[in-house]
Amino acid sequence: MLEVRGLRAGYGGVEVLRGIDLSVKAGEIIAVLGSNGVGKTTLNKVLSGVLAADAGEMMFDGRPLQGLSPAEVVEAGLIHVPEGRKIFPNMSVRENLELGSYRRARRNRAANLEKVYATFPRLRERMGQAAGTLSGGEQQMVAIGRGMMAEPRLLILDEPSLGLSPLLVEEMFALIQRLNAEGLPIMLVEQNVVQSLEAATRAYIIENGIVALSGEARALAADPALRRAYLGL
Amino acid sequence: MYSLPIVLEATLNGLLTGAIYALVALGLTLVYGVLHIINFAHGAFLTAAMFAVWMAVTFLGVDPYVAIPFLTIVFFAIGYGAQRFVIGPASHGDDGNILLVTLGLSIVIENILLAVFRADTRTITTDYAFEVVEIGPLLISQARLYGFLAAVVVSGLLWGLLTRTDTGKAIRAVAKEKLGASLVGIDVRHIYAVTFGLGCATLAVAACLLMPIFYVNPRVGQAFVLVAFTIVVLGGMGSIPGALAGGLFIGVVESLTGLFFGDSLGQIGIFIIFILVLLLRPSGLFGARA
Ligand SMILES: Nc1ncnc2c1ncn2[C@@H]1O[C@H](COP(=O)(O)OP(=O)(O)OP(=O)(O)O)[C@@H](O)[C@H]1O
Ligand SMILES: [Mg+2]
Repeated sequence: MLEVRGLRAGYGGVEVLRGIDLSVKAGEIIAVLGSNGVGKTTLNKVLSGVLAADAGEMMFDGRPLQGLSPAEVVEAGLIHVPEGRKIFPNMSVRENLELGSYRRARRNRAANLEKVYATFPRLRERMGQAAGTLSGGEQQMVAIGRGMMAEPRLLILDEPSLGLSPLLVEEMFALIQRLNAEGLPIMLVEQNVVQSLEAATRAYIIENGIVALSGEARALAADPALRRAYLGL
Repeated sequence: MYSLPIVLEATLNGLLTGAIYALVALGLTLVYGVLHIINFAHGAFLTAAMFAVWMAVTFLGVDPYVAIPFLTIVFFAIGYGAQRFVIGPASHGDDGNILLVTLGLSIVIENILLAVFRADTRTITTDYAFEVVEIGPLLISQARLYGFLAAVVVSGLLWGLLTRTDTGKAIRAVAKEKLGASLVGIDVRHIYAVTFGLGCATLAVAACLLMPIFYVNPRVGQAFVLVAFTIVVLGGMGSIPGALAGGLFIGVVESLTGLFFGDSLGQIGIFIIFILVLLLRPSGLFGARA
């Protein structure tokens, strides 16, 4: 699905990513882990065309992503649910979801809206409410629902569990696995190492701008180096 | 004291003029709400549109109301192009630069108009300029009544566009959340240009409505924009219902101040209100508290 090789990117001369290699195959959940400020969000921005890459290669469905505008990346079906949700606070829940299909899957808007409401009954109850006045958990539902409206071929989730109560975090991971079971490949960027490794098929650990460790999620969860560094065990 | 019909008539006339003010303010507040800048070229674009109406009437013999659809499209295109190919690229995404670029643009437009038309004041004549409509005991200028109706229709259309169409929703999305908008595939630069184009299109309509009751010279837009700016602040920066209500309110204030204190003082009432709003409710009468 997605092949990234030697990806370098940064901000105004400060290099953040120094040669990232990773891939997502059909049907997988990939966890991308790493400490704060290591460049996970930067990687997502480059993939979705918001930030230009300095070097390297990104192939999505056999097609290069370099030089595509964010709109073109969306059109290709690579949908990025960003860190901090970035929903439209001044617009209703329903309008937020509708705009999810602004560029892609517009013709199936009504049917997909029903699907999102079925996944998040809470959003149906609140469809007329301004999204900015929702609780944090509800806002995260809007962000993911908005992504689903575009019928993603690959979904990037940047810290979907951020700011959620433990119970909601459980629900969020259950949802991610359910979406994946329906055939959707997911790239999951998280701080929540234990649960991410449980949900994912494979994982990449980023350190100092490169992939320091990667492999089967289950094997990584048992890796002593990882347990020391990220779980404090 | 003035008799009731005279006060009523002044109030009504104020409402009618206010609707056109509202239209000018609508474009200003829309651009502010989305691009977060005061468009200093707004007045110059209005002047240009009024000259365009004057030319259409004088050289082509077109009725100003008939010219509305055509000039709306032309000015939408001009506004779209100005933002997409001049203001946007020249400002490199810096709001301070956008201000200066629109200021520069207004100077260029005004000087071109001055060079072509010189400083003369020009008017058009229409058959209905002095026609009146009787509403009970009140006499209302026909041209002002048309202006009012057209302003209401255009505001309604704009509202419909912003709330019912994907492009309108994209405009409202970009206004508050640019990154989120990009990530659903909205082309932010395109939406900026569409917004600017809509701002200019409302000016074209306002110009068509103004010319039968007003005059044009290369500086005329400034006066309207000053009033429009007052309306935008009054109504809450970026608020469209605020611009409408504010426009009507300012029209009535101007008309009644003129009636009670003399025509030359009509605008003073507007600026007293302006200062009072800034002192007492800086977020505007209708705006959300910051
Ligand atoms: N717009 C920007 N301009 C300059 N530097 C930036 C910008 N955005 C991020 N950075 C820097 O790039 C580095 C990587 O940031 P990034 O947001 O990608 O980290 P992250 O891995 O997502 O962290 P977190 O887990 O806290 O979300 C940080 O040092 C950050 O300060
Ligand atoms: Mg991040």
